[in-house]
Amino acid sequence: MRDMAIIDVVDLVKTYPGQVHAVRGLSFSVEPGTIFGLLGPNGAGKSTTVRILATLSAPTAGRAEVAGFDVAMHPQEVRRRIGYVAQGSAVDLHATARENLHLQGRLYGMRGVELTRRVDELLELFQLAGAANRLARTFSGGMKRRLDLAMGLVHRPRVLFLDEPTTGLDPESRAALWHEVDRLARETELTILLTTHYLDEADRLAGRIAIVDEGRIVAEGTPDELKRTLRGDRVSVELVAFSELQTGVEVLRGVQGVDEVAIEGRTLHTQVPQGGRAVPVILQALDRAGVAVAQVSVSRPSLDDVYLSLTGKSMVSKDPAEGGRKLEVAGV
Amino acid sequence: MSFFNDVRPLFLRLVRYTVRMPVFMVIGVVQSILWLVLFGQLFQRVVQIPGFEAESYLQFLAPGITIMTALFGSAHSGMGTLIDIERGVMDRLLVTPASRGALMAARVLHAGALVVFQGAVILCASLAMGARPGAGVVGVLVVLLAAGLLGCAFGALSNAIALIARRQETVLAAMNFIILPLTFLSGIMMSAALMPAWIRRVAALNPANWAVVAARAGFEGSDWGAVGLNLVWLSLFALACGWLATRAFDRYRRTI
Repeated sequence: MRDMAIIDVVDLVKTYPGQVHAVRGLSFSVEPGTIFGLLGPNGAGKSTTVRILATLSAPTAGRAEVAGFDVAMHPQEVRRRIGYVAQGSAVDLHATARENLHLQGRLYGMRGVELTRRVDELLELFQLAGAANRLARTFSGGMKRRLDLAMGLVHRPRVLFLDEPTTGLDPESRAALWHEVDRLARETELTILLTTHYLDEADRLAGRIAIVDEGRIVAEGTPDELKRTLRGDRVSVELVAFSELQTGVEVLRGVQGVDEVAIEGRTLHTQVPQGGRAVPVILQALDRAGVAVAQVSVSRPSLDDVYLSLTGKSMVSKDPAEGGRKLEVAGV
Repeated sequence: MSFFNDVRPLFLRLVRYTVRMPVFMVIGVVQSILWLVLFGQLFQRVVQIPGFEAESYLQFLAPGITIMTALFGSAHSGMGTLIDIERGVMDRLLVTPASRGALMAARVLHAGALVVFQGAVILCASLAMGARPGAGVVGVLVVLLAAGLLGCAFGALSNAIALIARRQETVLAAMNFIILPLTFLSGIMMSAALMPAWIRRVAALNPANWAVVAARAGFEGSDWGAVGLNLVWLSLFALACGWLATRAFDRYRRTI
């Protein structure tokens, strides 16, 4: 598989001055024409990895090849073949959408009719044709993001890096961008490397996912494979009273097959081999301890649970737009 | 050549910024014309001091104020680079195969072009107020050339400081600390013949003074030897500053 990989990363290390270890020996490879997701919390080393692959930063150690060229040895060759959409919009606010795209194209050596045609095509593709001659500072967050994406594609790259593409977007713009990315991957030969701290985003878009934690990859596979690594089901018990949470946790830990309990609001989450069998036992135990239960549910594990089980940490985001779950680990 | 292909669109991008947000450029011009009027009036009789080289102070001041504007107009060029870095624009440009030298050169040329335009307006105003270049159009062009070279030099210096310090406050403080003394330790407002000896010695090493000597001698058409010599010094200084900015840019790229 390595031979046909379009992105090949081997033992990548990046250490910043002051012994800040952003990336600590990362390896993965991406097949052409797929979407690969680097999933992990803020500060896991995802952005640093992408910055190295996009030739912005030099690796401290290790090797990375993109589109057949080593990023450290042949950065110009890599640059010609990649598009990079950074975390946060990087459009020229005092230029129009058309001017932004035009400049970007010029820097890839495009010009004349070819460039004009490509710019028109992208404006159309990303629903910016109506706003083509408006200054980008008048754009909404979603429009700026679409322009960022269009700018990353102006020279028809083989690989596109998307660093946290939907962070800070409202849910509607997020869904629209997902749709765009999905379509790009389906309708073109483009390979996309996506970083995200949204589990649902990785689940929805990426064919393969590597979970990154503290500069290392802790698991890799398709979303389904990763979910399968978790034995059994997730049982969620919502209690009636906050005051009974601690008792609830202790009771649950006493149940056979339960070894970890996470708290989210008034709800306790746990992982059991067989949800159907565990629920009556859990309910009985809670009843005996006098803990009142409002609701019980059993579900197949999500990437959330995979992350939790792999790192012992939950992915906590301060971003209110995320809509993700906030989990706290209450015991091991 | 990638460099020349890339400099043009990058330079035009910056020109577009200035055209769309002309407030700083306009303030620079208005302020300079104000200096021209105020100092022109205030120091009217300075020319009567024996040994002063000109007969009309306005005539003497016009090239000087143009050079002073070049100094002040280019000193904050590095702020734009820092804003580009902050907004992610720099990263976006660095990911393209664009010539690294062109990225810096566009900034420096923009600083030069900006002060040439400001200088042209100021010289027009001074002509309207009665200044007469002895060397005619050529005189005006020499003044603008000197201003442009000085603008490129200090634009590059400002970028070098910006890329090393990476703080807007530092750029402001450092450049203000440099340019104000350079203004007064030069012949911008006072005839060299009437300077105290120590200032004259310092001024001989001051790039702003080289610019003003070349500009004034060219404006009057009085001493083409001085024009040539000082323009050479000024060009060398601009090249040195450009080299410094390029080095600072390389260093910046290695540390991100």
